Amino acid sequence: MALTETPMQAERARTIYEKSKPGRRAAVLPEAEVPETPLAELIPTDLLRAEPPRLPEIAEPEIVRHYNKLSRRNFDLDSGFYPLGSCTMKHNPRLNERVAALPGHARLHPAQDPKRAQGALELMWLLQESLGEICGLPHVSLQPSAGSHGELAGLLLTRAFHADRGEERTKVLAPDTSHGTNPASVTMAGYEVVKVATNERGGVEMDDLRAKIDADPDQVACLMLTNPNTLGLFDENIAEIAELIHKAGGTLYYDGANLNAVMGHSRPGDMGFDIVHVNLHKSFSQPHGGGGPGAGPIAVSERIEPFLPRPQVVRRDNNGHGPSFDLDHERPKSIGRLRGFQGNFGVFVRSYAYILSLGGDGLAEASETAVLNANYLKARLAEGRAGERLPVAFERHCMHEFVLSGKPMKRELGLATLDLAKRLLDFGFHPPTVYFPLLVEEALMIEPTETETKESLDGFAEAIEAILAEAESDPERAKQAPYTTPVRRLDEVKATRRPVVRQSIS
Amino acid sequence: MLAAIGADSVDDLFAQIPEPLRLGRPLALPDGMSEAEVYERLAALAARNEDAGSQVCFVGAGMYDHYVPAIVDAITQRSEFLTPYTPYQPEISQGGLQVMFEFQTAMSELTGLPVSNAGLYEGPSSVASAGYLAMAATKRKRFVVSRGLHPHSRETLATYAVGYGAELAEVELRDGETDGAALATAVDGETAAVFLQSPNFLGAVEQVEALGAAAKEHGALLVVACDPMTLGVLKPPGECGADIALGEGQPLGNRLDFGGPSFGFFCASEEQIRRMPGRIAGETDDVDGRRGFVLALQTREQHIRREKATHNICTAQALNALGAMVHLAWLGREGFRELGELLVRRTAYARERLAAVEGVTLLHEAPVAREFAIRLDAPVERVLERCAERGIAAGYPLGRDYPEYEDGLLVAITERRTRAQIDQLAEALEAAVHAELGEFVAHSATNSPTVEPA
Repeated sequence: MALTETPMQAERARTIYEKSKPGRRAAVLPEAEVPETPLAELIPTDLLRAEPPRLPEIAEPEIVRHYNKLSRRNFDLDSGFYPLGSCTMKHNPRLNERVAALPGHARLHPAQDPKRAQGALELMWLLQESLGEICGLPHVSLQPSAGSHGELAGLLLTRAFHADRGEERTKVLAPDTSHGTNPASVTMAGYEVVKVATNERGGVEMDDLRAKIDADPDQVACLMLTNPNTLGLFDENIAEIAELIHKAGGTLYYDGANLNAVMGHSRPGDMGFDIVHVNLHKSFSQPHGGGGPGAGPIAVSERIEPFLPRPQVVRRDNNGHGPSFDLDHERPKSIGRLRGFQGNFGVFVRSYAYILSLGGDGLAEASETAVLNANYLKARLAEGRAGERLPVAFERHCMHEFVLSGKPMKRELGLATLDLAKRLLDFGFHPPTVYFPLLVEEALMIEPTETETKESLDGFAEAIEAILAEAESDPERAKQAPYTTPVRRLDEVKATRRPVVRQSIS
Repeated sequence: MLAAIGADSVDDLFAQIPEPLRLGRPLALPDGMSEAEVYERLAALAARNEDAGSQVCFVGAGMYDHYVPAIVDAITQRSEFLTPYTPYQPEISQGGLQVMFEFQTAMSELTGLPVSNAGLYEGPSSVASAGYLAMAATKRKRFVVSRGLHPHSRETLATYAVGYGAELAEVELRDGETDGAALATAVDGETAAVFLQSPNFLGAVEQVEALGAAAKEHGALLVVACDPMTLGVLKPPGECGADIALGEGQPLGNRLDFGGPSFGFFCASEEQIRRMPGRIAGETDDVDGRRGFVLALQTREQHIRREKATHNICTAQALNALGAMVHLAWLGREGFRELGELLVRRTAYARERLAAVEGVTLLHEAPVAREFAIRLDAPVERVLERCAERGIAAGYPLGRDYPEYEDGLLVAITERRTRAQIDQLAEALEAAVHAELGEFVAHSATNSPTVEPA
């Protein structure tokens, strides 16, 4: 297909190293103010480097242009609809950035004496209390840096819990549809993954669960679940599942990826979960930053509390002299540290600002709108061509997200889900999550969040309709898409077979 | 919208949650607030912290009060970098992917190792990740760890090691540096990795090459944690035999933030590329032959390999790594070296100045780059309190982590600590130690009248 290149496509990608010219620079540093002793007199020469690292040599205006230009080669949530299933791409309020940047937060040293960091510790304590209330579990550690870090924490807590009772269990149950980090975390925590089958509603297949438990109940350490499940449906068997696991002596772990569906409506603790991780970058509005930072605090039940990571933020009552806040390192049964210092405090500030802004009712309303938006978009996509070519995987009201199958589209139009996703890029939309969950053929997982208006949902549905209509007469159009993006389809196989992972510098 | 859905109310949509599992009451959280009220509430909390702007900060211990240039904030706050997800759709994520590629190049240059990932959570958990890699590479389960490695790194590695089923052996320090003879004895044919840090936690620049020989001899990996800000002047780990160089990235373009978010960097030799944790951006072409970038080597990752993945991390701290890249570009090749030299010279000045104070001695004489350890003749916590009253955060009390250095104080220097401030620190320490000793003498005199002064 002969096409005119867009100006951005015509401009070949050049890294900042390729724009470097010897002698150029941006930084002006302070004067030394102290004797200019030759370095070799201060540090033995064999410990010094001969040549400085080959960093770019470039002036400030050119650095600004370089990165501003690069930024335009990104799609972002502030520019358009981002219905990435299971990722909860909700608006990132700018107020949160402003309060995180206050010097009392941004320039606070993590080793500051707790007496002189009372505001920060109180904020962390308040966030712990808030997350505990939202999750229905009383004890919270903010330390894990991401969801998968929270998973690892939960599994190490499980191990410590069993060890404390003189048991060493070996197996962790997880649905075959679980997010890939679940089994990866299980292995890192020294457990063996046992897959539990999923029923057609995306829920736990109860007979298989019973069979897997009965095979060796004394070896069941934990079951990891998300609820609503991966099809965006609430697993109505959850109380029975919890009972089965607890009877076998295991812990129940809640992957909080889908918490945005149920805030203020249903709580993992009340469902029987012992350990929950919360993705502050999903439900609590921390910007995703193009792949981090986030935070994955964990909330746990009484029986897990003694094992929480060190240090723990605590409130001391001081016999009526007004409360103070401290870091408690004296936790003899603790699993220990998961990282340096206290956690991603800057993320805590943003998420606490978000919770304060919305309040208890506002959080519940956010979940309601997220669920309403998902069901509306599901209904819109059940109409017209989408309804025929992209049937919903399970016909029922969904929670905050839903899954479509591109199987008929592929069979009838020869269009794979990937082609539809790539063609959506030309229409200015970020595609949904594709090919997940695996139990749905040619899956598209769609999570609109509460951020979107009816108009933006309609716009997305219309784009899908237009792409399907176009494919009836010209399927090649989508198969070669995208056309308008800074680059077109990329050779990912080459990047793995012969990886080039840095700029060569001559 | 409800009509299109075919529901009477939003409550109908929640009917799938069994009644006993519904909360049935409002969350016990305060009501929502206006933006102005939230701002005031958080500003009031922030005002109750003494930060590096309200105190003169000589505290380091892994995170440092460097100046973050304005250009870093301007670029990292752009929506296009702040609000996208991980670059799963490379065609519309070329900006972020190219930044990762540039960042990997910079970290590879700094550490002298050919392969870098796009970033991990932070420093200590990166150390723990190196342990996992070393186990996979050597099929062994024993780590030999210098006590010069950051206490948080040692603790984190120990936490993870319970899951790995690995054991740890610690090697003592002698005169501030890792005891080479003790290290050589500790390493054996079962050792998966030797962990060093340079400059170590006490600030000493270690003899990495000599210490690493024991690891080479027994086929263990040499893992070196380093402070990126010193790599403009110090010999990079890659030239000292390190298989893996990693560390806390905060000094590069990231603010203190009471400990995070920042990023961890992780560089390795070519042999380890397929065992690396985290994201890695790679160069490729599009269908028309245009240069482009994608997430490379995804076959290591969880969403494909599940329980056989090389790691569970899927966060690259991309925004923090961008901050580092912009800071490094702003410093540039010469500026980065100059900054390193500035730190070494001011640190040397501060060390000499403090050592001349009565009641202060050096804890070790080993070469240092940007941080050094002293001993105080008076109780450290009380001296710190007195300095704090004069608006100075004098350093990090070593007794928090090292019972053997109960009298130790770790003092860190950045380009923000002027000569005048260093002089103020010296005066404050002198006054504080003097006052404490005076009180101690007075106290002893009243309580033990029968004891003759020596």
